[in-house]
Amino acid sequence: MNNDVSAVVEVHELNKTFGNAGSETVALSGINLSIRPGELVSLIGPSGCGKSTLLRVIGDLTRPTSGTIEVNGKSATRARTDRDYGMVFQAPVLFDWRTIEANVGLPLEIIDMPKARRAQRIADMLALVELSDFARHHPWQLSGGMQQRAAIARALAFEPRLLLMDEPFGALDEMTRERMNTELLRIWEQTGTTIVFVTHSIPEAVFLSSRVVVMSARPGRITKIIEVDLPRPRSDETRTLDGYFELITEVREGLKSGHVAGTTS
Amino acid sequence: MTGATAPFGRRAHVGGALTTLGGIARSILAFVVVMLLIAIVWESAKWIGGGIWREAFGVALDPPHMPPLRITQLNDTNLPHVWEVIGALFEPATRRSEFSLFAVLLDAAIFTWRGAAIGFVLGAAIGLALAILFVHSGLLERALVPYVIASQTVPIIALAPMVVLWVGRDWPSVAIISAYLTFFPVTIAGIRGLKSPDPRALELMRSYAAGWKAVLWKVRLPAAMPYLFTALKISATASIVGAIVAEAPTGIAGGLGRAIIQFNQQFTSGPEKLWATAFMCAALGIAFFALVRIAEMVVLRNRMREVEA
Repeated sequence: MNNDVSAVVEVHELNKTFGNAGSETVALSGINLSIRPGELVSLIGPSGCGKSTLLRVIGDLTRPTSGTIEVNGKSATRARTDRDYGMVFQAPVLFDWRTIEANVGLPLEIIDMPKARRAQRIADMLALVELSDFARHHPWQLSGGMQQRAAIARALAFEPRLLLMDEPFGALDEMTRERMNTELLRIWEQTGTTIVFVTHSIPEAVFLSSRVVVMSARPGRITKIIEVDLPRPRSDETRTLDGYFELITEVREGLKSGHVAGTTS
Repeated sequence: MTGATAPFGRRAHVGGALTTLGGIARSILAFVVVMLLIAIVWESAKWIGGGIWREAFGVALDPPHMPPLRITQLNDTNLPHVWEVIGALFEPATRRSEFSLFAVLLDAAIFTWRGAAIGFVLGAAIGLALAILFVHSGLLERALVPYVIASQTVPIIALAPMVVLWVGRDWPSVAIISAYLTFFPVTIAGIRGLKSPDPRALELMRSYAAGWKAVLWKVRLPAAMPYLFTALKISATASIVGAIVAEAPTGIAGGLGRAIIQFNQQFTSGPEKLWATAFMCAALGIAFFALVRIAEMVVLRNRMREVEA
């Protein structure tokens, strides 16, 4: 499907090993993945499957050992220097000495956006993540969920074409996480940004994604790619659909078979 | 750096400011209490083992108190009474002087402080510049940090006369020697502080394609501030000590170093003057420390208290 639209991320026969000859660990092996514009793709797998490494390779935070990667038709480095990426980590990584609005404005300062436009954009982003009332607060005055929303606002500030999220809600409690999932979908639908989302939560992956990429460990590779055709917009009701449970089972089976294959090979 | 931590409530800035004022009041109170305790211990020791007490706080004792023990170190020459030390401050500095000892010492303290403060600023700037250099070049860090540490093993008292020979017998020499003592803590703390940001914060900057200057100004230096202030507080007192040590053996006139030499020579006839000078030196060090502490509170007013390095 959508073969006429060029891919945002195109990964071909990618390998990544850590360490030096003799004691090397294969983090990623033979990865092929194509992500279409506007997709929300989850990478799921056990720890050590290389899902975060794959995200970091896409974001040019680390280089592949072999294979090719293209982002928006460019090398990952070029895409990074073109500021095509927004990043969100598991910890919000906000700066204590900056207010929430100054944190959100940080990437805009770095691209030298004029002050008036910057203020407008910050206001828009804070409205998007519903933190307008907390613009002048400092990060430590906010709850974990609010801090993570601020981190998302910051990642979206210069309208990146690709949002890379590494277990962004992993440190939040279950109820906050579900609320954040719903909010992320709302933001995704409003902005149309392509999102690559690393998680180890099966329900989260199914609920959010257009596709779930199931990975296995040692060596890290893709065992299955599952299309998620649940209706949109998704809401709490989605979590009660039969299709939702079937997909959760499918992802779980995919993880299990990968685990068996991984341990017997 | 804020992790995915629990909320710390909605502590307003006003509350923070009030807390700070309360903190200052508590610090001053604690200082006064400690000073009083020292005075009490001091006089108690003299009561037990000092010379004959003919008066106390200007009130004549009749009959005089005879301490049960006689300890040389506690007699009136070696350890004058607290009120004699305080009293000496308000008497003429010398028999022919028209100024009180306090006025003379204050004048000397200001002279010493000028050299120390210029050295402090110079040393802090050099220290920070070195830290920035070392953080950006692992090679230079490995090559030069051992020499930075070795520099502090050279006794300042051996170095001071040479600096005075080169630079001259005035405050620029004092400033250079102060800078020599000041830069070291700033370099060491600076390296640690500039390296303190969360690796993910640096990755975040990388994802913005930020240059090293932006990383320095927007992440590394702000993150290093608590570390730098800890070092600057050490350096503030060290710069005063450095200035006095620079003045004393080299005969630079006008400062506390010279006053120490002068009153040391008059010790047997007026020990309270040397004691008063020593207290003036301490007071100057404490005042400079407090000045840096106030700057720290202003600069770091919006931070969570996280670094107690």
